[in-house]
Amino acid sequence: MRRQSDDAMTLYRFVMMIPRWWLLLMVVPALADEGIFDQYRDLMGDDNPAIFVIEEGEEFWVQSQGPSAATLEACDLGLGTGVTRGAYAQFPRYFADTDRVMDIETRLLYCMETLQGRDREVIAAKPYSLRGDFGTELEALVTWLAAESEGMTIAPEQAHPKERAMYAMGEEIFFYRAGPHDFSCATCHEQSNKRIRLQQLPNLTEHTEVAEAYGSWPAYRMSQGLVRTMGWRLQDCFRQQRWPGLIFGSEVSIALQTYMAVNAAGGVMTAPGLKR
Amino acid sequence: MNDTTKGRVSRRRLLNWAAALGALMALPARAWATVSRPETAFDATALDQALMALGQTPTRHEGVIFTTPDIAENGAVVPIRVEVDQTVLPNVSKVSVLVEMNPNPLAAVFDIAPGTEVYIETRVKVAQTGNLYAVVESDGQLFMASRETKVTLGGCGG
Amino acid sequence: MAGRIKIRAQKKGELTEVKALMRHPMETGMRKDQAGESIPAHFITEVAVLHGDQTVMQAHWGAAVSANPFLGVRFQGGQAGDAVRVVWTDNQGGTGEGETTIR
Repeated sequence: MRRQSDDAMTLYRFVMMIPRWWLLLMVVPALADEGIFDQYRDLMGDDNPAIFVIEEGEEFWVQSQGPSAATLEACDLGLGTGVTRGAYAQFPRYFADTDRVMDIETRLLYCMETLQGRDREVIAAKPYSLRGDFGTELEALVTWLAAESEGMTIAPEQAHPKERAMYAMGEEIFFYRAGPHDFSCATCHEQSNKRIRLQQLPNLTEHTEVAEAYGSWPAYRMSQGLVRTMGWRLQDCFRQQRWPGLIFGSEVSIALQTYMAVNAAGGVMTAPGLKR
Repeated sequence: MNDTTKGRVSRRRLLNWAAALGALMALPARAWATVSRPETAFDATALDQALMALGQTPTRHEGVIFTTPDIAENGAVVPIRVEVDQTVLPNVSKVSVLVEMNPNPLAAVFDIAPGTEVYIETRVKVAQTGNLYAVVESDGQLFMASRETKVTLGGCGG
Repeated sequence: MAGRIKIRAQKKGELTEVKALMRHPMETGMRKDQAGESIPAHFITEVAVLHGDQTVMQAHWGAAVSANPFLGVRFQGGQAGDAVRVVWTDNQGGTGEGETTIR
């Protein structure tokens, strides 16, 4: 018994020590290797496979699906029924018909459910591609909708009290330390010129950097051969932080997206991007 | 049709190409593959094995201009370019790209028609840091250039 | 989904430059999916670039060519308005085709 608690004490001390020194190793100040991948990107050129996914997304939009055999063309993304041009750039936003703030993905699910009669649980069970997949319907729709906002100003709505409350929640979560490593989003994303291995970490509290980061999602991820959304990006961050899994369509996800979108407001949508 | 409209390509050569392609396209995919695909070279699991299957050990030649990034953002997509300076290395009919540290080093073989500039751009998978090779065939001889490309481990997201 | 090709063909001096992006998973056959099952090899094995009815380049590819493959080539001649085609076949008998005109 005594031995166990000694071990536990040692382990506890060790675990408590981890975050500090690991952070020193992991979040290394960026060296003067700014542009280390410039040569790589120059050689890559402009051809982004996301262009296929844009087309696929548009096809899903006009495809009759579900028990109602309806398309998504009557979906209201905040700018009126069926208006897709510029809609993505104003998310997340409050919708009167659901009396809540929604991100683009939860809004799409709502339209699939109400217009097409589809089961939201089925779609929410697997919204994102898994290993071996080549893209999901949701990823394609988000890619197309982002392209419909390409070049436009990031302008999430913040007029409604629930929208502002969502921002406040997002900010709180952003700085909230938790999990076995005591990480918060801020641990990696509150300072400029930091990187993990050779990947730059955008400072999501600084306007120019968060605008560039937020505006470039969804993006074709070369290492995965498919387009990933901002919702997926957050889910993956949670996994990497060793936090509990981020539930698809949850308020936490919407709150963090609101926080970033508002910080990015005024910036330009460049999505779909091309990323590692 | 007279020869002058085809430039340097002789009518007979052109008809051979067209007939070959027509025949290849008409065949079931598997048949096309076995007609001219260097299967042994593609199956080779070591660089020298692949090179021998392509013909011989190539000699370096400055006429082969091979561009790869010094360091790749990820190993799944590595852009490369192969050009040939035809003033010092003419009659190039074939370009092969090999990635030494891949399970099967031979990635691609390009047959260039006469009259086509030798200029190939593509993107290949590079399993880990190592040498990439551009091997060209000119009048039955193999010449090459090589470059090392570093492949990084991912940091996180982004 | 499979079979789509985006092609651009432009004059560059006396040369024509063709850039093609193809929709294809280029699966090596060495990966396992989420359930631990092997994902079958599925990759373009032959691809050709044609200017009119003339093949300017024909290639044999292995699975090491990146997913959603890119191909850039240049050839002598070609006039604005000429047709340029890219065609491919894969190891599962699938085919793809795309066409554009030179600008």
